[in-house]
Amino acid sequence: MKFDKPATDNPIDRLQVVGQPHDRIDGARKVTGTARYAYEQHDVVANQAYGYVLGAGIAKGRIASIELDAARKAPGVLAVVTAREAGDLKKGPRNTACLLAGPEVEHYHQAVALVVAESFEQARAAASLIKVEYVAAEGAFDLNAAKDKAVRPEGDDPSLNDTHVGDFAGAFASAPVSLDETYTTPDESHAMMEPHATLAAWEGDKLTLWTATQMVAWGVTDMATTLGIPKQNIRIVSPFIGGGFGGKLFLRADVLLAALGARLAKRPVKVALTRPLMINNTTHRPATIQRIRLGATKEGKITAIGHESWSGDLKGGGPEVAVQQTRLLYAGANRMTAMRLAELDLPEGNAMRAPGEAPGLMALEMAMDEMAEKLGMDPIAFRLLNDTQVDPEKPKRPFSMRRFDECFRVGAERFGWSQRSAQPGRMREGNWLIGLGVAAAFRNNLVMKSGARVSLDAKGIVTVETDMTDIGTGSYTIIGQTASEMLGVDLDKVVVKLGDSAFPVSAGSGGQWGGNSSTAGVYAACVKLREAVAQKLGINSTEAIFAGGEVKAGNRSLSLASATEAGPLTAEDTIEYGDLDETHQQSTFGAHFVEVGVDVATAETRVRRMLAVCAAGRILNPKTARSQVIGAMTMGVGAALMEELAVDKRRGFFVNHDLASYEVPVHADIPHQEVVFLDETDPMSSPMKAKGVGELGICGVGAAVANAVYNATGVRVRDYPLTLDKLLARMPDAA
Amino acid sequence: MPTPRQLEMNRRDLMVVAGACAAFSTTAGGARAQPAPAGEPVLSEVSFSVNGRNHRLELDTRTTLLDALREQLHLTGTKKGCDHGQCGACTVLLDGQRINSCLTLAIMNAGAEITTIEGLGGVDNLHPMQAAFVKHDGFQCGYCTPGQICSGVAVLDEIKAGIPSHVSHDLTGAMAPTAAEIRERMSGNICRCGAYSNIVEAMTEVAGRQG
Repeated sequence: MKFDKPATDNPIDRLQVVGQPHDRIDGARKVTGTARYAYEQHDVVANQAYGYVLGAGIAKGRIASIELDAARKAPGVLAVVTAREAGDLKKGPRNTACLLAGPEVEHYHQAVALVVAESFEQARAAASLIKVEYVAAEGAFDLNAAKDKAVRPEGDDPSLNDTHVGDFAGAFASAPVSLDETYTTPDESHAMMEPHATLAAWEGDKLTLWTATQMVAWGVTDMATTLGIPKQNIRIVSPFIGGGFGGKLFLRADVLLAALGARLAKRPVKVALTRPLMINNTTHRPATIQRIRLGATKEGKITAIGHESWSGDLKGGGPEVAVQQTRLLYAGANRMTAMRLAELDLPEGNAMRAPGEAPGLMALEMAMDEMAEKLGMDPIAFRLLNDTQVDPEKPKRPFSMRRFDECFRVGAERFGWSQRSAQPGRMREGNWLIGLGVAAAFRNNLVMKSGARVSLDAKGIVTVETDMTDIGTGSYTIIGQTASEMLGVDLDKVVVKLGDSAFPVSAGSGGQWGGNSSTAGVYAACVKLREAVAQKLGINSTEAIFAGGEVKAGNRSLSLASATEAGPLTAEDTIEYGDLDETHQQSTFGAHFVEVGVDVATAETRVRRMLAVCAAGRILNPKTARSQVIGAMTMGVGAALMEELAVDKRRGFFVNHDLASYEVPVHADIPHQEVVFLDETDPMSSPMKAKGVGELGICGVGAAVANAVYNATGVRVRDYPLTLDKLLARMPDAA
Repeated sequence: MPTPRQLEMNRRDLMVVAGACAAFSTTAGGARAQPAPAGEPVLSEVSFSVNGRNHRLELDTRTTLLDALREQLHLTGTKKGCDHGQCGACTVLLDGQRINSCLTLAIMNAGAEITTIEGLGGVDNLHPMQAAFVKHDGFQCGYCTPGQICSGVAVLDEIKAGIPSHVSHDLTGAMAPTAAEIRERMSGNICRCGAYSNIVEAMTEVAGRQG
């Protein structure tokens, strides 16, 4: 189905099932521990052996020698894989560094070897017997030091270009009120709860991989390239994924090494990355240095807006696209953005939840708060004065829908924004200085081609198959709701099968495109199935109403299952998109409100209240969508207050590579969180009229926390995270 | 007890030291947390009950209770998130108390009565805590969930038993399952999907029902 005209009325609009806050259909399995993740597929293939990965002990250089004899002779060991045993491997197009080192080492904890043994304990013990001698090379590990050598990112992607509209320099220089500040965000880790894990089994030249991936089809393609085997020989199965946040978008070492280990040991092999290996072995969100310049009239109209960002990555990698929201969020006739990329030898930087906007808004939305104060304006009033209904770079290109102002108005009322003191440090409860902060949330709505197969059997059971993944997002449930609505059957009559490359290729889970795109693909397949049912029943499909397990047309009413008298019916289709996302800017919007308390003596910051108001198209399931948003708000609190990968700038690695030292929010850090979804549908996005929401929640929340800390204390910290050491020396008098 | 001198080392110092240690060990091929084994694994028999069923296992003595449950008994509801006692995903109930099953060797638990998530309830007979997690959407990816639920059940028992926490105002008085008490006591169970707000609501509902 080609979606190239705005959606009109369709069966989804009935909202009998879609739009309802249904419990997750996979919920009972998850709460009983019977949902099986990648490492837990004990019964799918016999005789499984265990693999244990050894990571490189240097950041850059080469392996001079590697002694494997002791490991090979260790009890229970079946095989040891290094680059030598692996033979000729190519690099998948979505990987920057190779997944297996040797002889070159490209980053710390890059996999050097895999030991395969009868048991996990034996594999782990034998891995400690491998002796590797390295020749270390000089590397660049400090973004700040490499900043001046950073260059415009290579590649044809126009989004990497510098942008210029009007006369930024002139307008900024002549602006009556201006701001020129630099903000920094640190390297961050996805730290999803399930480690990367894979079970690999060969049957002749056919390879089956039970793994944890967000993108099944990307995994198949990149694995085929890496091994140099046909795509058709690889099957990936990924029914449950224990979190991803971008960290499981791409093929990782567990997949490759499990396959190589299984080939060498001639046994199925399962491999999980150990927690201390994950942070340096896999990808992370790169640190940024961001300069923001704002110029405005005395009345607060932005006349100049400029955003530059510096980040680093391995050679051949890409930048953190931290300026992208600044091209669209606020009006202003004179504008510029630029990104510069430094070559660093730290582990590979790549997408983490809302890449670009998450760190970009941490800077931009703090700058907006500072600018509002300079102007003597309320931060909400300043933002709304610079609202725009058109793409500021191309004023003839409207937003498909933009209710940015309403997010702030609804939120301000609900949160009690009028209670905020414009002057910082004025609200106090005992030892706690209280502050309120606000920030805009903004993230583009991306649409992706997505396929599905839907079948109907004689019992009236509808089965949906698509390689879409559910990484905690609720895909199982919203896909089930979509099929249920389209075919007029109860949700418990729908079976949803996901995460298998034997199924039609879907959008996958990433970039907050999965929910809208994958359900639109299911919609397309259901339209075809409705036509097939109507034809079997001899009725006109455009008149047919599917409801209550029946198909009605005029005064005729037939059971849906009766269409299968000659056998089950199956339909397959793919949603594809025209140019509606080019003619109209499709984005999602929100406003974050945060109240913090900062201890006047210790500068400890506690988040006390949080509210997000979101305008993100139709909400397919308010319960699971809300969970997406509160989860993203939680990660945003982490980014604002605690998350930071500490870089060893001499040796070139992230020092705090486990969950005790890389601090993420825990229960005690998070208060009750409130989310409001504005009631809306966006007919430009898809037949579902939905948009992405999974990443919107993290966009801007870090700045809202930081702005609240400033409101509480009067101390402005532009260097995230806002740990108490950065506040302490400048805290107001405790008395 | 640590001496005052030791306490002077703050967390940042500790990370610097840890970093230096890691760095020094690298050229020799990586840190070795444990002595290298020479011969065959040492096996030992151990018996304990899991979810009311007795098991007699012959195990490599290095096997954690977590790996015994997951790899030997195939009770994979108990999750391995970090294998270091840092995340809580492996929480089970051992003789009625919660424990990180990755931090105890299986053979140390002879005669123990262990309850895992599978023992609390199944898909068709959910434990009230499991049902409340579904109702309040107290999870997303589901990987930390069994640990959260086991911890949640134990936390309400701890509060009922009057065991104080860091946020209890009265160390000897009656405890109440307030949101603050729940958040404090659940903080050893990390949920990266960020379902905390919903988990507190689920636990509060169960605590209320328990009365």
